[in-house]
Amino acid sequence: MSGGETKMVKTTIDGREYEFAEGATILEAARSVGIMIPHYCYHPGLSIAGACRMCLVEIEKIPKLQISCYMTVGEGMVVHTDTERVKRARKSILEFHLVNHPTDCPVCDQAGECGLQEYYMLHGLYTSRIRENKVRKTKKAFPVGPNIMLDQERCILCSRCVRFCREVSKSHELGMFKRGDREVIDTFSGRQVDNPYAGNVVDICPVGALTSRDSRFKTRSWYQQTAESVCPRCSRGCNIFIHYNIKRPWKNEGRKVVRLKPRFNAEVNKWWICDEGRFCFKYIDDPDRLSAPLRRVDGASETIDWPAALAIAAERMLAAASAQERDLAVLVSPQASNEELFLLKKVCDERLPGWRAAFSAATPFEPTEDDFLRRADKNPNTFGARALGLGEDKSMDLAQLKRAALEGRIGTLLVCYTDLTGLTGEAGQGWDAALEKVDTLIYLGHNDCATAQRADLVLPAATFAEREGTVTNFEGRIQLQRRAFDPAGESLPGWEILRRLGETLGGEYEFEGPEQVFQRLAETVPQLAGLSYESIGPAGCPVKK
Amino acid sequence: MAITVKKIEFRRKLTFLERIWLPEILRGLWITNRHFVVNLSLHILNAVGIKTRRKGAVTIQYPEQHRGYHWRLRTAHYLTRREGGGPRCVGCMMCETICPAKCIYIVAKEHPDPETEKQAASFTIDMGKCVYCGLCVEACPEDAIRMDSGHLEISCYSRQEMMYPIDRLLATEHDPAPYKDYKRFLQE
Repeated sequence: MSGGETKMVKTTIDGREYEFAEGATILEAARSVGIMIPHYCYHPGLSIAGACRMCLVEIEKIPKLQISCYMTVGEGMVVHTDTERVKRARKSILEFHLVNHPTDCPVCDQAGECGLQEYYMLHGLYTSRIRENKVRKTKKAFPVGPNIMLDQERCILCSRCVRFCREVSKSHELGMFKRGDREVIDTFSGRQVDNPYAGNVVDICPVGALTSRDSRFKTRSWYQQTAESVCPRCSRGCNIFIHYNIKRPWKNEGRKVVRLKPRFNAEVNKWWICDEGRFCFKYIDDPDRLSAPLRRVDGASETIDWPAALAIAAERMLAAASAQERDLAVLVSPQASNEELFLLKKVCDERLPGWRAAFSAATPFEPTEDDFLRRADKNPNTFGARALGLGEDKSMDLAQLKRAALEGRIGTLLVCYTDLTGLTGEAGQGWDAALEKVDTLIYLGHNDCATAQRADLVLPAATFAEREGTVTNFEGRIQLQRRAFDPAGESLPGWEILRRLGETLGGEYEFEGPEQVFQRLAETVPQLAGLSYESIGPAGCPVKK
Repeated sequence: MAITVKKIEFRRKLTFLERIWLPEILRGLWITNRHFVVNLSLHILNAVGIKTRRKGAVTIQYPEQHRGYHWRLRTAHYLTRREGGGPRCVGCMMCETICPAKCIYIVAKEHPDPETEKQAASFTIDMGKCVYCGLCVEACPEDAIRMDSGHLEISCYSRQEMMYPIDRLLATEHDPAPYKDYKRFLQE
């Protein structure tokens, strides 16, 4: 809020007097003190429509019930949200909403997280008085975009999706057509909902009218477990929920992650995520996941166990670090978490003096950017890497690394989380010749790629959903990615690989978990002083600049 | 928790006659013989046309002969079909959710007809795990799964054969025959 102090007004809600900022709606004010008023069309991120009439409350001295999503609090106002009259109104409104809504629940993907179901159990519970047949809309279950299915019969015309396309994505694809019980949501002719934020309309739909084509029918919502995480797809670091299914492995084609959903964070992404982030999880369950350490002998790769792999890695890295002509270079990736980067730097500084860090923010993704959420830098942790000093001192950029390799100055190259040949633009060119000249190429990453194919040693690492770690977004907000499930196959979290590597190199790195690594990190880096996993919290916190 | 030993005591001590076992064997032989003689006499009396109040015991020649089942008996599951011929099941996983034995495995997929929208891609019941509670039948909102097939012989030589796939569940049909004789059986 800008300009002057906010005027506070005294309002009584359900018999208790509270002070609210003037201009707050009754619904928001009540929510801020823990009184939940049911609603469908109201969404804090969208304009107010007042279409569903579910949020009716009784206000003394006003004869009719008022919609609390539009009515603002006033001085001396007395509001009742739970009187018999209000309850009766809610019940009737719900009955009205369900007049034409099909009871498709066995089919509908929203079952289990549907607003109608939830409020029916809380406020409805009536015996149906309807004897007429339901009005059948013309279109049932048809795609309105590459990722979205629409079922007009299930729509309760709350217009959240229409307002989203108007106000948030500003792409204006959806509209409301016709009137009365023939009214439908549809796309304007020739248009489809394909804006970069289209997936959000599925999240905000309070019923099952809009469903995601990607996760439709894969698992029911009550089978899914949830982990709080941070989107790894760009440096915005949008807060997300990972919805995963590990208890019923025959579902979702055997894949663990079912879908990603945005998690509210007022400072980062509000209620939204972009579609690039939403669908970026496919690699986690890809069949080309690296599941065991591999060694390449005469062109054929063989599986080895972790101690053997780390022994080879340590030996090769040590040999290159102590050689005169041929250096040890490490391609540090801002895809890695702060803990991994810190341990990598610590191990190399302490055990492999003379190592050279290469740092690049290049990714295989198109550097799409807009003025809303998406950032051109597609790495989640560029800020964190720079804060650790990996972007500046003693490091080279990708072009310098390539040149050094071509000139034969690199003995051992450890590549973290980066497919060199797959990078977009010039960064991905000419690596074939450069990697030829490298004696030992070690790849640390989670999926098979051209670089992993060329590598002499492959160390399989966990993905962001399988390890705990912090990432710092481009604004310097440190956020926690929580572990959802165990790493695939024999792969290990990156920090664990580096810890074991450090011990193989003869050091003592007694970290029991990423928390301890972070603790040490917070002691070392002044910007993170005093922080811990607990103090970061679910919403993250800004680091000192 | 520490491992504890629970002592189980016999509810009743055997009497002296029971402990020397020979009188008990003789008593058993006496009971068997009594049944034989009584039933034989009853059958002979019936055969020569003399009506008695009691009928002689009859052994059912299973498996050639079946005893009638009560109509409420839960037998092997089967899946019903739509009028068009496809399975009624829409893969809502209600039965899978409610199943206390966790023996139902369903995968859903898109149905070509948008009116139906969803169907079961695979539907497998592990009959080796099933406890025949019937909750799946109660939970089904589409009347797609039933347990009145009348097939009670659910045995096989491997665990794999106990997995009933969707084809088998769809091929099974309600067979009213085993239930027909039930009333007569009760009267006998």
